[in-house]
Amino acid sequence: MTCQVRQGNTCTCRPSNPLPLNIVKNDNFSLLLLYSSPFSSLLLFFVHFLTDMAIWFARSKTLVSSLRHNLNLSTILIKRDYSHRPIFYTTSQLSSTAYLSPFGSLRHESTAVETQADHLVQQIDEVDAQELDFPGGKVGYTSEMKFIPESSSRRIPCYRVLDEDGRIIPDSDFIPVSEKLAVRMYEQMATLQVMDHIFYEAQRQGRISFYLTSVGEEAINIASAAALSPDDVVLPQYREPGVLLWRGFTLEEFANQCFGNKADYGKGRQMPIHYGSNRLNYFTISSPIATQLPQAAGVGYSLKMDKKNACTVTFIGDGGTSEGDFHAGLNFAAVMEAPVVFICRNNGWAISTHISEQFRSDGIVVKGQAYGIRSIRVDGNDALAVYSAVRSAREMAVTEQRPVLIEMMTYRVGHHSTSDDSTKYRAADEIQYWKMSRNPVNRFRKWVEDNGWWSEEDESKLRSNARKQLLQAIQAAEKWEKQPLTELFNDVYDVKPKNLEEQELGLKELVKKQPQDYPPGFHV
Amino acid sequence: MAALLGRSCRKLSFPSLSHGARRVSTETGKPLNLYSAINQALHIALDTDPRSYVFGEDVGFGGVFRCTTGLAERFGKNRVFNTPLCEQGIVGFGIGLAAMGNRAIVEIQFADYIYPAFDQIVNEAAKFRYRSGNQFNCGGLTIRAPYGAVGHGGHYHSQSPEAFFCHVPGIKVVIPRSPREAKGLLLSCIRDPNPVVFFEPKWLYRQAVEEVPEHDYMIPLSEAEVIREGNDITLVGWGAQLTVMEQACLDAEKEGISCELIDLKTLLPWDKETVEASVKKTGRLLISHEAPVTGGFGAEISATILERCFLKLEAPVSRVCGLDTPFPLVFEPFYMPTKNKILDAIKSTVNY
Repeated sequence: MTCQVRQGNTCTCRPSNPLPLNIVKNDNFSLLLLYSSPFSSLLLFFVHFLTDMAIWFARSKTLVSSLRHNLNLSTILIKRDYSHRPIFYTTSQLSSTAYLSPFGSLRHESTAVETQADHLVQQIDEVDAQELDFPGGKVGYTSEMKFIPESSSRRIPCYRVLDEDGRIIPDSDFIPVSEKLAVRMYEQMATLQVMDHIFYEAQRQGRISFYLTSVGEEAINIASAAALSPDDVVLPQYREPGVLLWRGFTLEEFANQCFGNKADYGKGRQMPIHYGSNRLNYFTISSPIATQLPQAAGVGYSLKMDKKNACTVTFIGDGGTSEGDFHAGLNFAAVMEAPVVFICRNNGWAISTHISEQFRSDGIVVKGQAYGIRSIRVDGNDALAVYSAVRSAREMAVTEQRPVLIEMMTYRVGHHSTSDDSTKYRAADEIQYWKMSRNPVNRFRKWVEDNGWWSEEDESKLRSNARKQLLQAIQAAEKWEKQPLTELFNDVYDVKPKNLEEQELGLKELVKKQPQDYPPGFHV
Repeated sequence: MAALLGRSCRKLSFPSLSHGARRVSTETGKPLNLYSAINQALHIALDTDPRSYVFGEDVGFGGVFRCTTGLAERFGKNRVFNTPLCEQGIVGFGIGLAAMGNRAIVEIQFADYIYPAFDQIVNEAAKFRYRSGNQFNCGGLTIRAPYGAVGHGGHYHSQSPEAFFCHVPGIKVVIPRSPREAKGLLLSCIRDPNPVVFFEPKWLYRQAVEEVPEHDYMIPLSEAEVIREGNDITLVGWGAQLTVMEQACLDAEKEGISCELIDLKTLLPWDKETVEASVKKTGRLLISHEAPVTGGFGAEISATILERCFLKLEAPVSRVCGLDTPFPLVFEPFYMPTKNKILDAIKSTVNY
């Protein structure tokens, strides 16, 4: 049903239907009112009012059908008009008198209704008279023209378990976490911090070409990974190396990819941080944003068809939700009933674009319902909340075979990447505030320590060990052999085609002839 | 092996064996049109691999060109289904399915609408194996799309976008010329461990009828076929354009010009050796395609042959292609690379 409100003239729009009593309300009475004397208009007004009452009483089947049978007695009041009318009247088409009438109306008529009129009338006998059916199913109608507001008066609340001091909020819903699990989660969050710091510095020193940190998002990274099973297939964006870390990707393996050496599973073909591991069910990262979302729907559908006890988990940032692939991914997952958990890291920034420039909705969580997807907003800096939400979402996805959307509220403490200096577009004290006062690692540490599961000694031992391991890993990776030149030409197809064989031969000869033109170390 | 003519003014016949053309298969079969041959290939594909899927807009009821008739009824709605109207979603979903080891046979309703999926095809499908160091691949992905002029299609139901895809290392581009070829090539594409874009000449869906063997057979990719032997000039084409070119060859023969006609079949990676050998024999090359001439795939063939056969060439390489305009409606007969345009080019090349 479409509506148009014209300047200075209210229009009432109704879905066209052959129920005569509705028609009575507006069309013919308006004309009668205009041309009658004040007394008769009052009388007619009264009749109108009575008819309105009649409409409200017309819920019962018998009354409706008896009224219909009595149609012919009052043709002036009840008229089924199936003549084609233009959908929109221009103000010039409307007569000046009709313009003044408070009952001026525009009828929007579906031509399909004419042929189905009888069918519809029969249906009204059978069901509540206040409902109509359209291809999408039954929908109630209303004569009140009411727009759904662009935003709710209250934002969707954020689910959290730990307060900022790391204490569990009384009466929280959450899935308990054992000491062993909690300590492991904390260790990994701290390791991720150390890893980010050292790799970032390595890039600054020119030892690797690029790096991208997850500072501020350690809880999202580790706690969501902890909540999944190893068989769940992960399609990351690029700020989720913690998921790989949790699953067992070693610091050496991270370093090898960053250096693109011979041990890199990616064979040196992509920029640093574009990790991937088929062994750990973590799809190789690609730079284009949101392309993984419709792919995740396909992966989920495969798991569904193969009846696996597993789901797909895919990550996206706040910026990525503006991409068409976000719409495609969620819509496909919903329609195909694929077990996919969509996790959106709403960290406030897409490089220099603040979320106020990204969308006008209440974040991402409200978009779930638009696709028929169950959704939740979670405090992404609360490891326990993240754990519980992802665990629950995963169970729902697998047992109910449906997608779920989780919006994790957080803050990107670091720059977008080593190619970015975020102090250029945001306040340094904003960054500092989140780094110091809203730090997810510190918050979880407080809870773990309060339980007596962690000490200052454990902390310094962990951090110094992690630091040492990382420095060793970087040194080793840096010295490691480079990829052989042939890897430039492999894997474009499953088998090297003739044109690549030729190009490889040509390049090898060139390198032999003029080695000074090329970087050393690539075995020919 | 019978060839039946369509009822339109564009008479179609398929190259016969009488001029010594070599054929991979000389088996007989039932006369089928193009959409039926494709339908047969899809039935066989789904039958032989239980982890294969066919999906796209409107494929459930048989598809707007009837290529998917009977599949949903036979294999079930879990394997043959309609998707929402979203090409980027269709291909992205297909990549995900293929990455999990399934065969995803995706339909894009018209090649004109493939562009929203271009990012998924170029940035994702084509690079999926390479960027992961062969840890992952989406080789099970096959994208089918009707392409080409149909007489009344205008801008958005007539495009030949093959050139865009020929520029993308990592995918294959295949275009069949007839029903028998389509079935064998499509089965090869579906079973090829690389993502493939398969353009079907929509003009031939009903118009082309040919005997198609009923069994499961595959025609190899990246192998061009000399479908007509000759000595004076080599013509290279693909898809529906070959029937036009063949008519030109017949007319040229009446004027004493012996033409060799090659069906490229696979445009990426393309069989340079067959074309090279032919041009070294004839000394002349003419390429014809419906797509606009500038930046069309004919340019790639021309440049390559020039590099390889320069001293053997008696004349410049000729390209008889569509004009550099959006595909027009009422002007289609002027836009198209017609038989007479080709014949004129043959003569001027031979008389250079």
